[in-house]
Amino acid sequence: MNFIKNFFRKFSVVPLAGWLLGVFAAVLIEFYLGEDVISYYLYLPKVPVLFGALVMLKEPILIPSVLAYDLLVYVIPILLVARLTAPLTNGLAAFLENMPLWLATLLHLIAFYGVLHLWAGINDYRVLVVKLTMIAVILTVSLNIINGYQGEFSCSHPGFMALGAYASSVLTLKLFANDKVFGAALLPPEYGPYLFPLILIAGGLVAALGSLVVAIPSFRTRGDYLAIISLAFLFIVKSAIENMELVGGPRGLSSQPNFASMPVVFIWMSLCIWVIHNFTTSVMGKALNTVRDNEGAASSMTVNTRKTKMTAFMFGAFWAGVAGGLFAHVLRYVNPSTFGIQKLAEILAMVYFGGLNSIYGSIVGAVSINVLGEALRPLELWKWIIIPLILILVMIYRPHGLISFTEINVEKLLRARNRDNDTGGE
Amino acid sequence: MTALLEVKNMTHYFGGLRAVNDFNLAINPGQIYGLIGPNGAGKTTVFNLITGVYTPTEGSVTLEGNNIKGVETHRIASMGLGRTFQNLALWRHMNVIDHIRMAHYSQLSYGLLGAFFGTPTMRKQEKEVYDNSYRLLEIFDVNQFATQNIGNLPYGAQRRVEMARAMATKPKILFLDEPTAGMTPDELVRMIEIIKQVHRDFGVAIFMIEHRMKFVMELCESIQTLVFGEVIAEGPPEEIQNNPEVIEAYLGKEDLH
Repeated sequence: MNFIKNFFRKFSVVPLAGWLLGVFAAVLIEFYLGEDVISYYLYLPKVPVLFGALVMLKEPILIPSVLAYDLLVYVIPILLVARLTAPLTNGLAAFLENMPLWLATLLHLIAFYGVLHLWAGINDYRVLVVKLTMIAVILTVSLNIINGYQGEFSCSHPGFMALGAYASSVLTLKLFANDKVFGAALLPPEYGPYLFPLILIAGGLVAALGSLVVAIPSFRTRGDYLAIISLAFLFIVKSAIENMELVGGPRGLSSQPNFASMPVVFIWMSLCIWVIHNFTTSVMGKALNTVRDNEGAASSMTVNTRKTKMTAFMFGAFWAGVAGGLFAHVLRYVNPSTFGIQKLAEILAMVYFGGLNSIYGSIVGAVSINVLGEALRPLELWKWIIIPLILILVMIYRPHGLISFTEINVEKLLRARNRDNDTGGE
Repeated sequence: MTALLEVKNMTHYFGGLRAVNDFNLAINPGQIYGLIGPNGAGKTTVFNLITGVYTPTEGSVTLEGNNIKGVETHRIASMGLGRTFQNLALWRHMNVIDHIRMAHYSQLSYGLLGAFFGTPTMRKQEKEVYDNSYRLLEIFDVNQFATQNIGNLPYGAQRRVEMARAMATKPKILFLDEPTAGMTPDELVRMIEIIKQVHRDFGVAIFMIEHRMKFVMELCESIQTLVFGEVIAEGPPEEIQNNPEVIEAYLGKEDLH
């Protein structure tokens, strides 16, 4: 145990920038050597997509090769580079500390995106997984507003998502695509990427309007009743779309223009996290917690509880709508059955696994459940036994989720780490 | 001088049950007023009627001449009526300083868009709120707990946080619902000091429900006694203490002497 502790202590001096550099090195190795050299000598058919999880489950005989690959490409380079460059990256982090926080954050985000882009770019499947994971992050963080911060149990998130997905799909198909149903494009497709943000916002607004159906009953009902109302809303949306021939009925809509590229999704995810972080750390946003914990006390302390509840639902639904719009343009196909009870279960699992009342937790939840879901895909049926089992274990040992009631502290996250160790030595 | 808070002929029914009958009250600015009565007399109901949790069936309630009957609770609160609760109504997942910050809700003007995008106005106002909150924590001597979760505090400290929270709404009149319930004698003495301090420094009028006569005698200028929803006696504490009707109402329930 002591050995492990010492091992970890050696890496406590690495700032976030150092880890990014380490990952960058690993990705470079994979990019240049992964396919031709390392995979070839390890008898792997091609570069393992998700750290080899798929290959290991399909062909157990390749497990040693995959582990060796992960060690050679990821573990060793990341640890080595992160630790060796620590003096350098700590200097950089200290330098960035003197800059405005937004600038330092932006630089880190750009660096992170660069690494992510390079990593995902090796394989198309990775691009898809990364995009869907980022959309899941938006969904999870936004549902956390309602289920975590506001403390309701809303089941209508896939419904909001469907509203956003369909609204934005109809708009893009009408405006930028020569579609059988919606006719010729009204605008030249070159404008598409510039107007796409507005279209996503429109989708979000449609979802926010739809959320009033759930928000208004929430003034009077809470708990189980609201859960049932919101579940009913989900089914209403789904069957309404199924019966609307205008939007393709049960067949759905397809061939949306390819506007949701990886940087677009990444920017929207960052924007979503930033806005929700601002909101939930402000007094306006903390009002959600007061309504959850004691509504009577909230209104006696001048909090407008109705407005707060409306805000929670409409704001959460808005982001679900945006996520839906992105989702439709990533898959370039939507049909009503996508937004059913299974989607709901997925999103709820991510929220409750990651942690209530925490953006940080939601990100962890969305990423881990999504990546796990993809990695365990070859197990087919067993996947739906393993993931719920993990969820049950988390619920037993951490009833509020892995990381609950924690705010992101950007300053702390980015700062240099060498100070404490200057005196301690190693 | 017009009264700060004036209640006239307030009557309230819960279904067929008459909980409060013909209740009258006039509190002047800066006055400390007490409400006593045996359990189940309707004291907290009177509080809830005035603060807007329930709307009185009959009668009128005015604060500084403005009608507050039928107005939403949060509006009444932002008009200058602060309160504490009998069984501490704190937000269990929130830390101490956030409790005080929250009570500034109606004093903020940056709006939702300000909150979403962290505008300079929002940052400025949030900073002011934070500083003011910290100052209040210092006044009530709970600043050492500022970043702790409220549940970790000792009971007396939780009571003081609740007082600080009520004061953050900038009340003109403060309603205290049994501020000493469950307190030890030491904490009780401290609470008297704090209420005196609040009264002196903030110049706020106080209307309190309280059982302990020692506490009431020391603080209140005037007391009402409520029994089964009706006021049976009203006057200065010494007079009330010796009023035979009051003694009768309490007999066998609480030792008044």
